[in-house]
This record gives sequence, structure tokens and C-alpha cells, in this order.
Amino acid sequence: MNSGIDLEMSFTQGVQNLGLSHELAHLLWIPLPMLLVLVSAVIGVLVTVWLERKISAAAQQRIGPEYAGALGILQPMADGLKLLVKEDIIPARADSVLFTVGPILVLVPVILSWLIVPFGQNLLISNVGIGIFLWIALSSIQPIGLLMSGYSSNNKYSLLGGLRAAAQSISYEIPLALAVLAIVMMSNSLSTVDIVEQQNTAGLLSWNIWRQPVGFIIFWICALAECERLPFDLPEAEEELVAGYQTEYSGMKFALFYLAGYINLVLSALLVSVLYLGGWGFPISIDWFSSLIGLSIDNPIVQIIAASLGIVMTILKAYLLVFLAILLRWTTPRVRIDQLLDLGWKFLLPISLVNLLVTASLKLAFPMTFGG
Amino acid sequence: MNIAYSTELICFLILSAVIVSGSLAVVLLENIVYSAFLLGGVFMAVAGLYLLLNASFVAAAQILVYVGAVNVLILFAIMLVNNKEKLKPIKGLRTRKFISGGVCGGLLILLLRVSITTKWNLPGPTSIGEEATERIGEHLFTDYLLPFELASILLLMAMIGAIVLARRDVSIPAADINDLKNQKSLSDKKVPLLSENSIK
Repeated sequence: MNSGIDLEMSFTQGVQNLGLSHELAHLLWIPLPMLLVLVSAVIGVLVTVWLERKISAAAQQRIGPEYAGALGILQPMADGLKLLVKEDIIPARADSVLFTVGPILVLVPVILSWLIVPFGQNLLISNVGIGIFLWIALSSIQPIGLLMSGYSSNNKYSLLGGLRAAAQSISYEIPLALAVLAIVMMSNSLSTVDIVEQQNTAGLLSWNIWRQPVGFIIFWICALAECERLPFDLPEAEEELVAGYQTEYSGMKFALFYLAGYINLVLSALLVSVLYLGGWGFPISIDWFSSLIGLSIDNPIVQIIAASLGIVMTILKAYLLVFLAILLRWTTPRVRIDQLLDLGWKFLLPISLVNLLVTASLKLAFPMTFGG
Repeated sequence: MNIAYSTELICFLILSAVIVSGSLAVVLLENIVYSAFLLGGVFMAVAGLYLLLNASFVAAAQILVYVGAVNVLILFAIMLVNNKEKLKPIKGLRTRKFISGGVCGGLLILLLRVSITTKWNLPGPTSIGEEATERIGEHLFTDYLLPFELASILLLMAMIGAIVLARRDVSIPAADINDLKNQKSLSDKKVPLLSENSIK
């Protein structure tokens, strides 16, 4: 494969040409992608919230937000502003330290996980070798934040919601990790960039979804459960638990939970597209296409078009999945806690184990198609 | 002193301070919930130390296992226990504290002595960085296969034990079902984990 566009190299070289040392240039570079990802994560959330409102309205034959901007596109901004100026209330008998730290512990791992989401060959913050494993590890910190906020609110609904959230995310993490493991086994690498590259040999046909259909479904179910989306939103089941662990929260602290939930949804959708739908890959192989119109793949114009196409493809795939998640939310009823745990432990876990074993044996039998 | 080295040094100092003060707080705090949460913090700081040593796989595994599983389990256990109830006073608590403090201090002195008298081979072996994952896998399936399998058998035993403990099956002959002493075992046969009876 070609090396693609390397923004970091060009940036550090540009700064060095201004007469600064290499280390200083690197130091100047470090905050830029982080800022970019933070901004893109928040914009992703705003878009998702707007989609959620509009699609839910369509599902219920309403119009939905309409007055804030064209088609109500500024409604999420208005929501955010409202939360920003609301009073920050800490209940009188709550544990104020834990109450404050809880939402932060929920949000930070989610944002950190964006580290590994690739939008192109070199368009990710850090191509760490442990890649996808980092995401699994980071997402296991979240239950602690949920338990913390549930406990410190000093409210029985909050505590129950927090316990439910922790139980849910622990039990769905295992099939999730096993589904990821099958992918990792096929691509011989934990790095997200390698996983995508291995899928982009023959365009649409080489995507992992054809080789891992069961894994795809398991991963999607578990990702929805990890994001606490309906049909798995038991931790905040409003008919039973008021709002679960968020009951006592208001203002910016509530907004942190809200943000974390939606960032997690977008992140999960992005990761599904990276793991199963070929990431930044276009359905038709770019190499083949560029040779068709007689341009070399190293041509700068082809490079720029390929990179922007990659970003567009990643986001498009992710938002198709977000759309699916929103449709699911507004059309399916909620499962009960015992059904949820049964599904996780008695159905998904054995199925994902079998999937892993089948993948391993297929890999031994057909090393060509299953990445020997 | 270049930027990379000084960043590393600052990170190391902060992480060690967090680990030392955090673990002291875990032991010394009266509130066990705080202790449990701080334990999670200490685990995360240890993962940070692994990261500084270029062992990113070990760091992620540390977070996944210790923070994500062990610490959450501890928190679960604590939160399901009635925390309003005061713990029973233990006899001779002061002498116990002195004894355990003495033992810990002795261990500390011993370890310090070992670390000072040992001739460290500096600088140590260069870290293999990203290759570490493959190397760990190789070792686990070749020369460390037996310990690896033994550990998995241990985990399996623990899992079976937990299931047996949690099942609480009672078999009562149909004739004795109305017997007064069997009433209790029938009623507590199925108390769901998150029902009102388990949390007050």
C-alpha cells in the first residue's frame, strides 16, 4: 500500500523550516490532532442529536425541531446552551466529591478512545500497536464512573441504575471482546489501520462483514448495550428508575453524561465501520480505479481525492449505523434486566465463543481468504 | 536534558506520588467506598507506569483486568452491602494496627535494602515496544504453556464455584413442603440480585 498523506511530517517539516528544533515542532504538533478530534467528536454528537430528534419525530409522525435554524439544525446547540446556563445542583446529602468525579470518569475514557479511530492511512491520532485492545480496556473504566455517580447521589434509583449499568457493561464486554478477537485473528494485528488495510484488497467484497456475519451482529448488539441505547437502556429506564444514575444530575454534569452517551454511540458506529465495513475503504478499489483513468496512485491529486473520499466514506458508514441505532431506539421495546443478562451470558457469549473457534478453524483451512 | 526525558521524569514523579499516596489512603481511610474508588485510581496509575516503560499491552491488560473487572467487582460487593450499619468494634484494634504497621514497615525496610544493595544493570534491556504483544503470545504458547493452562483451570474452578454458590438449589420432598422449618429455604430460594431485599 502507498503511504498516503502524512500531515504530521509536513507540519513538523514546515515548522522546522521556520527555524525551530525538531522536538519543539513535535511538541507543537501534539495538541493539534487532539483538538481536532475533540471538536469532531462534539460536532458528531450535535449531528447525532439532531438526527435523533428528527428521526424520532418522523417515526411518531411529528415534525420535530423546526424553528432553530433551517429544519431545526441548530436545536442541539440550543440544547447545549440551555444545559450550560442551568444551575449546577449537588443534592444536600450527596457525596459532593464523588458526585463531581463520576461524570468525568464516564466521559474521559470515551473521548480517549477516539485515539484509535482511523479516517485514513495516516489520518488518526496515534497508530498504537495495541489499537483496538486499547478501546476495550478504556471502555472498561466507564462502569466505575457510573457506579460512582449512582452511589454518590444518595438516591435508591440512582444506585440501582448505576448497578444495572455496571452489570450490563461488564456482561456485554465479554462477547464484544470475543467478536473483536475473531477479527484480530483474521487480520493478524490489533492495530485499526492494519485491520482496515486488510479489508481493502478488493473493495466491497473483501470487507469483514462477509467473513464475519455472526461477529458483526454480536458486535452491534453488544455495542448498543454498551452505549445503553434502547432496547438496552435499562440503567435509565424511565418508567422504573426515573432516570437511573442521572436522576440527581443537572446542568453541565448532566450534559457530560449526555455527551458521553452520544460520543460513545458515534464511536461504536465508527468502530463497527472500521472492523466490519472496511473503514475508509471505498466500495470499489481506489488502486484499480486510478489505473483505469490512467493516473498513478502516488499522484498528489489522486492522493487528496482518496484521502477526502476516505474521510467521507468512514463518516458515511458510521452515520448509516447511527441511523440504524436511532431507528432501533424508536421502534423496539425495552428488554427486562433478566432478559438482558440471559441474552448476554446464555446466548451471545456461547455464540461468540463458537464464532471464534469457527474463525480459527477456517483460518487454518483456508489461509488465503481468512488471513493466514 | 531534552524534552522527551524531562516529560518522562515528570510523569514518573506524578505517577509515583499518586501510587504511594493513593495506596496509603486505600489502607488508612475509614470509608470503604472511598478506599475502593482510590484502589481503582492506584491501578490506573500503575498502568501509567507500564506505559512509561513502553509496555502498552501490559498497561491495557492492567486496566482491563484490574480496573474493569477486579475493582468493579469490589465496588459491587461494597455497594450491595448495607453501609448505614456501623461495623462492630473489634477488640484490641490499636495493638492490631501497631502489629500490622510494624510488619509493613519491616517489609518496606527490607525491600529498600534490597533495592539499594542490588547492583542494577543500567541501562536495562531496550524495550521492544509494539512487538511486545507478539512476544507475549509466543511465550504463552511455548515455554509458559503449562502455567497458562494452570491459570485457566484455576479460573474455571473459581467460575464453577461461583455458580454453585449462587445457584442455591433446595430440594425438599413434596411431603415436607409445608413444614415450618422449610419455609425459609423456600422463600429465599430466588432472591434476584437487584431486588429490594438486597439493597436497603
